[in-house]
Amino acid sequence: MRPLSPTEGGGWIRVLSLVAVAAIWELIIWAFEPNHLPHLSAVAEAFWTLATTPGPWSCHRDTNIFWEIISQSGLACNLGFTLFRAAAGFFSAMIIGSVIGILLGRYRTLDRFFDGWIVLGLNLPALVVGILCYVWFGLTEFALILALAINKVPLVAVMVREGAASIQPDLIQVAKAFRMSWFQTMRKVYLPQLFPYFMASARAGLALIWKIVLVLEFIGRSNGVGFQFQIFFSNFEIEKVLAYTFSFIAVVMLIETFIMRPMDRKATRWRM
Amino acid sequence: MADVTFLQVDIAEKKFPAVEGGEFIALSGLNFSVPKGQFTCIVGPSGTGKTTLLNILSGLDTKYQGSVTIDGNTPKEAPPLGYMFQSPRLMPWLTVLENIRIVANESARNENRAEKLLEEMDLGGFMETFPNRLSGGMQRRAALARAFVNQPPMLLLDEPFISLDTPVADRLRHLLLDLCRAHNATVVFVTHDLREAVQLGDRILFMSPSPGRVVLDQPIDLARPRVSDSEEMEAFRSQLLKDHPDILAGLDKEEAAIVPAHQQE
Repeated sequence: MRPLSPTEGGGWIRVLSLVAVAAIWELIIWAFEPNHLPHLSAVAEAFWTLATTPGPWSCHRDTNIFWEIISQSGLACNLGFTLFRAAAGFFSAMIIGSVIGILLGRYRTLDRFFDGWIVLGLNLPALVVGILCYVWFGLTEFALILALAINKVPLVAVMVREGAASIQPDLIQVAKAFRMSWFQTMRKVYLPQLFPYFMASARAGLALIWKIVLVLEFIGRSNGVGFQFQIFFSNFEIEKVLAYTFSFIAVVMLIETFIMRPMDRKATRWRM
Repeated sequence: MADVTFLQVDIAEKKFPAVEGGEFIALSGLNFSVPKGQFTCIVGPSGTGKTTLLNILSGLDTKYQGSVTIDGNTPKEAPPLGYMFQSPRLMPWLTVLENIRIVANESARNENRAEKLLEEMDLGGFMETFPNRLSGGMQRRAALARAFVNQPPMLLLDEPFISLDTPVADRLRHLLLDLCRAHNATVVFVTHDLREAVQLGDRILFMSPSPGRVVLDQPIDLARPRVSDSEEMEAFRSQLLKDHPDILAGLDKEEAAIVPAHQQE
């Protein structure tokens, strides 16, 4: 079979793939009649109910029209809380991790000194970090975002360190020979070389954060998708768990499609 | 009118840490001066410190004993020079035009000099192309445009046409000479190809093997334009080899080993 180009028929194949998943799902229900696997129609119904039921008290803020609209949908409200936390943890970790990674990649002594710390950070269980942050800083937004950042910083630092260590000195020499300013050297020569490493760490980090944020909400917050899972789990409401799961996956896919991929394409178009 | 010295080089010593410990002396007692507008070729076999010398002249390397002045200033204080490296060293993520514009000063930008230079070099249709889609010769033309964009008072070229096909290299040499003449630039051109030096230079400085120093200062009074491999040039080159067999022995062997790119596997 002739391989397809990246743009050729990609949309149809993706739709077909989703239809296949739905068909297999319904086939399993029809064949085995499992107790805790609801029909997709039941999941869709749960989704509609959750999306049209007003959110918890924490969503009701009379500050502006945005909150007024959001507060009418519990699902949107809880997704909003989770996304905000994930974004705050993600950006904090990207900034701190990138600075650490660049320093470790540039200065070997620093790298040797902090190598053990990085290994420790990479191997710390996310749940342990979350529990400790909640114990030390209370069940607060700050504790949750800090826990997210602590979990992701070592990963970003390691990946960016690799990039910083492989910066081409020849190109930096060009910038120096032509007396480019520090700012311009960073923007046009240094950072573009690090971009693939930023993207790799952003992708890996985002995948990590999506998972951890739900666990941390589950154990220590009173809103957000993770908290909703705790309630649905207690009440055995599987269709609601699935409705939230699919909504969450949809958001992650939208971020990948409309933010990550276009950024990646723009920055790597010279390789094509 | 007496020639006004533009570049004065008095390097007592330039050392590097040796791999096996201790120090390696790259340059020692290297003294010469270059008048404004002269095209000086530095010729010597590999490892004589030619690139080290260019790095000192460009201000990239400041750790040496001695002094270097460019129009009365140290290399760091002098206006930025044009530098063409052995490889084109274009930023692969920038288009050809962006590669030149990032080093362009304000007046070069205001006058759209990058665009004009690219047009002059037949790269007008490739301004928005990324370097990895250009041939080796085109990349070097872009690097040459970058070196010239600020109309620098001095141009440093480090074996810029090495491993190019003879016709491509010849075309680039003519382009270089035209640009130098138009801008009255002082040029220091490093090569280990004696034919190339004779074709381009007003003068050749021969460097000794490590530690590098000038062992022969040879003016070239052949009429221009010079056609590569012409009888006149070959006679000049043969005479040089005959007159200075000890100095040029190593160079002749190395030159013979230069294989044009189209013959390389």
